[in-house]
Formats: sequence, structure tokens, C-alpha cells
Amino acid sequence: MASKFKGRLLPFFLLLPTFVILTVFLYYPQIETFILSTYQVAFFGLRKTFVGIGNYLSLFQSPDYLYSVMVSLIFSGGVLLLSMSGGLGLALLLNKKIKGARIYRMALIWPYALSPAVAGLIWLYIFSPNSGVVNYALGTLFNIQPNWIGNPTLALLLVIFTAAWKQLGYNIVFYLAALQNVPGQVLEAATIDGANAFQRFWRVTFTLISPTTFFLVITDLVYVFFETFGMIDIMTAGGPVNATNIMIYRLYQDGFRYFETGLASAESAILFVMMVILTWIQFRIQRKWVYYA
Amino acid sequence: MHLTLLLSTVVVAAPLIYAFLGSTQTRAEAYTYPPRIAPGSGLVQNFQHAWQLGLGRMMLNSTWISLVVTVGKTALALLAALALVYFEFPWKGAVFFFILVTLMMPVPVRIVPLFNLAASLKLGNTYWALILPFLASATGTFLFRQHFMSIPHSLVDAARIDGAGPLRFLMKILIPMSWNTIGALAVIEFVYMWNQYLWPLLIISSPDKQVIQIGLKLLRSPEEAIQWGMVMAGSVMAIMPPLLLFLLLQEQFMHGFALSEEK
Repeated sequence: MASKFKGRLLPFFLLLPTFVILTVFLYYPQIETFILSTYQVAFFGLRKTFVGIGNYLSLFQSPDYLYSVMVSLIFSGGVLLLSMSGGLGLALLLNKKIKGARIYRMALIWPYALSPAVAGLIWLYIFSPNSGVVNYALGTLFNIQPNWIGNPTLALLLVIFTAAWKQLGYNIVFYLAALQNVPGQVLEAATIDGANAFQRFWRVTFTLISPTTFFLVITDLVYVFFETFGMIDIMTAGGPVNATNIMIYRLYQDGFRYFETGLASAESAILFVMMVILTWIQFRIQRKWVYYA
Repeated sequence: MHLTLLLSTVVVAAPLIYAFLGSTQTRAEAYTYPPRIAPGSGLVQNFQHAWQLGLGRMMLNSTWISLVVTVGKTALALLAALALVYFEFPWKGAVFFFILVTLMMPVPVRIVPLFNLAASLKLGNTYWALILPFLASATGTFLFRQHFMSIPHSLVDAARIDGAGPLRFLMKILIPMSWNTIGALAVIEFVYMWNQYLWPLLIISSPDKQVIQIGLKLLRSPEEAIQWGMVMAGSVMAIMPPLLLFLLLQEQFMHGFALSEEK
């Protein structure tokens, strides 16, 4: 490692802008979140009372909050299941040497560039109760025309479909990249040893790409928990009767509609702790896999 | 196999095609029964209508804010990675850790104090509020650091012998060798910025400074009868810039990001 430039001051100045932005706009608010979460704030910040862990206690005793935790879990479970299995399946197909693979690839991964809000609007349009194409088909075939965003179960299903569809392209990109790195010789060797197609996939391919699976579980969870805010806001606004009120949406309502600043900070802090745990798991697993390979 | 792929492509692409068709339909055409799955006659009218309701201004806002943030972020990340890979200084590991930890701090987990901070810095309802908090990037620093470490170190010696300083080395050698990573980062950051929703919703109050995502929310608001033709025209408009950039830099995105061993 002799090949370095000399100088003490220059690296300091190179890092300074990044340092300032991160300190002011990331670290400071993050620490302040924890401090605020121990206060009860009333009258738009004019009166602050220290309540210790009071906000956390009232959150965990609030059926509404626990309900939004449950909705978040169902939502993320559904989205991960659909978009990851779909992503892997399509990546496997795209990885075969076929004509036009590049065109198919492009046709399948572009939803990555879509915003969650736009995805929400488009699906709202398709599933619109009286003029949407889905209800027309259902009405013609089965004579039913459900009100998708009026029914709690259906609304949750609809946002799960929408969020999964939007994330599909991202998962395909990463699974495809991982599959292209699976060495052909290993698969050949497995074939010679008498492994059938299913065994080859499950024992060899799936094992070799499992670091990507873990990576995607984490990034998809971050997406579902945080980025889908715009989708929920535009499609259901958390309704009907809180059926799609995921944790981030509830945080927004508590903090910026009811001005429960302390409570919302506690909700933020809980989400941050969740982020820390997820990141920690990801790092552990990646390190383990570096040794493994 | 072609059949499966073709079917999946259709399923994935159908919503967007349907949205395109919707954007061409006049109000009457959008509410016909059975639904009309064909281009209508309201294309120009829908786009004009959406544009005049303020979406045009918001498109421009989103475009320049996303461009500024993408360029700024890339520049800061390049400088930080240059310091981390090509210099020796005390506490280097701690500095890298300090940057990396911010990966765990997306906007929502610090939203309340960030809002208060922006208000006390008099950033409320300004473009600065949409730019400043997003300028530094752990992802970018991390990607460039990984990439720089894979570049042969003998190049530094060669540069030093030629009398080139660190900044010249960055401009003449590192950047030309990093186009894949730069392209990938540009896609990620532009799309990320373009799709911001919660923060602009809270911090921007006047429509002429608002971004396109919130503009779409405003189009949808009147609950009674949504004007689907116009709403879909707005959606199609909002899709275009990030989609074009993504399709343009698709290869760089694949090679600079997805195929790099660590993310």
C-alpha cells in the first residue's frame, strides 16, 4: 500500500462536504429523534414535558399502533413473497441463452424507474370500481364488481400487488446478475453426478445465489417499509378503517396531522432500530459468505 | 419458454400500456362501459390540461432538482472516495464507518427533527430544502471506494512520476475509468430523487415550488369523479424522464451496480 498521495490537509478538505451534510442533516436529526421521543409535545411545540419511555409504552399499549405493525408485516410478507419469487423465476428464464434475451430483459425490468406514487395511480385506474378493466372482466365472467379500495381485505391485497409489481424489475436485475456469476462447470459437474434439473437448481444454483437473496430481502424490506409511502398516500391514504395503515403512514399521521411530535419521534426511533437490526444481519451474512466463497 | 417470457412481459407491461391508452381518452371515453381498450381522441387535450394545472412547472422543478442532486452527490462521493482510497490519515476506518452508518438513516426515521431543523434554518418552502439534505451519499462513496480499490495501484505511482497531483489524477485517470459506476450511480440517484414524495409533501407548501409526484396527488384529490384521462397523462409525463435515463444507462446500471461483488 505504498502507492498513496502525500498530504494531511487535502484528504480533510475532500471529506469535509460529505462530513458537514451527514452531520447536520443525518446525524443531528437522528439523535434528536431519540431525544424528542422522550417528551410529550403539545401546542405545536410550545410545551414540552419529559415523559421518559412513556411514548413507547403508550405505543405498545395502543391497539391502533399494534394493528399498523401487523399491517406492515402482512404487507411486507406479501410483497416480498410475490416480487422475489417472481423476480427469481423470470431471471431464470432470462438467463437461458435465447434469442432476444436483451429485449425481454428491458421489457421486464423498467418498472424499477417508476415512482411508487405513479404505480399506485396506474393500478388504481386499472382496478377502478366503475370504469376499470379488471372489474369489467370480473363483472362479465363472474358477475361481481368489487369495490377494491372500499373493502379492507381487497384494499390491502391491491396495495400488495401494486408494490410487488413495482419492485419486480429491481429483483430481476439482481437475480439475473447473480445467475450470470454461477459458474457453468459446477452445474455440469452436478449433471455428471446424476443431479436432475430440480436438484441442480435447489442444491447448486439456489445455494450459490443465496447472498443475493439475503441482499434483496433487506433492500425490499426497506422499500416496503419506507418508499411505499407515496403509493399508500395516493391509493388508500391508510384506509379503509386503517386496513392499509402501515407504520410509516401512521407516523406521518401522528406527527403531521395530529402534531403528536413526541409520539411520532418514538415511532421513528422504533423504525430506526429496525433498520439497525436489518443492516446488522445483512453485514453478518455478507461477511459469512465472503469466507464461504 | 418464449411463450412464458412473452406472457410475463405482457403482464408486466400491461399496466403501463393501459395507462398510455388511458392518457389518450377524453372524459367521456374514459367512462364508457365496457371500458375502451383503444386509443381515444383526447391525447393532446389531456396533456395540455395537466400541464396547465401546474404539472408543467412541477416537471421542470423535479428535473432540475434531481439533476443538481445527482451531479452534486456524484461529485461529493468521488472526492470522499479519493480521500479514502488514495490517502493515508488517522482515524480512516472510523471516518468510513461514520459515512457507512448513514445507510441506516432514511428520511422517515428522522423526519420530525429534520422538519424542525429545516424550519429553523429558514429552509421551509425553498428548493434548498429539497437539495441540501440529499447531497451526501453513503451508497456513492461506498461504490466508488470499491471501484477505486480494484484499479491497479501502480497507476498512482505513474501519475506521481508524471507530476500529477491527486485532483489531476482524479480528473484524468480515475473518472475516465469509472464511467460504469458513475452511470449506475446516476440512475440510482436520479430515480431516487425524482421519486421523493414524503419530504416534498411536508416541506414545500406553494404549488410553484412543488415536485411532480405531489402534483399527481393533487390531480387525484377531487374524490367524486377522477378525470382519468388527465391523471394518466400526468402519470405518463412523470414516468418519462427517469425511464429514459434508465433505458439509456441500462448497461452501466447492470455492470456498475448489480454485477459489482458488493453492494
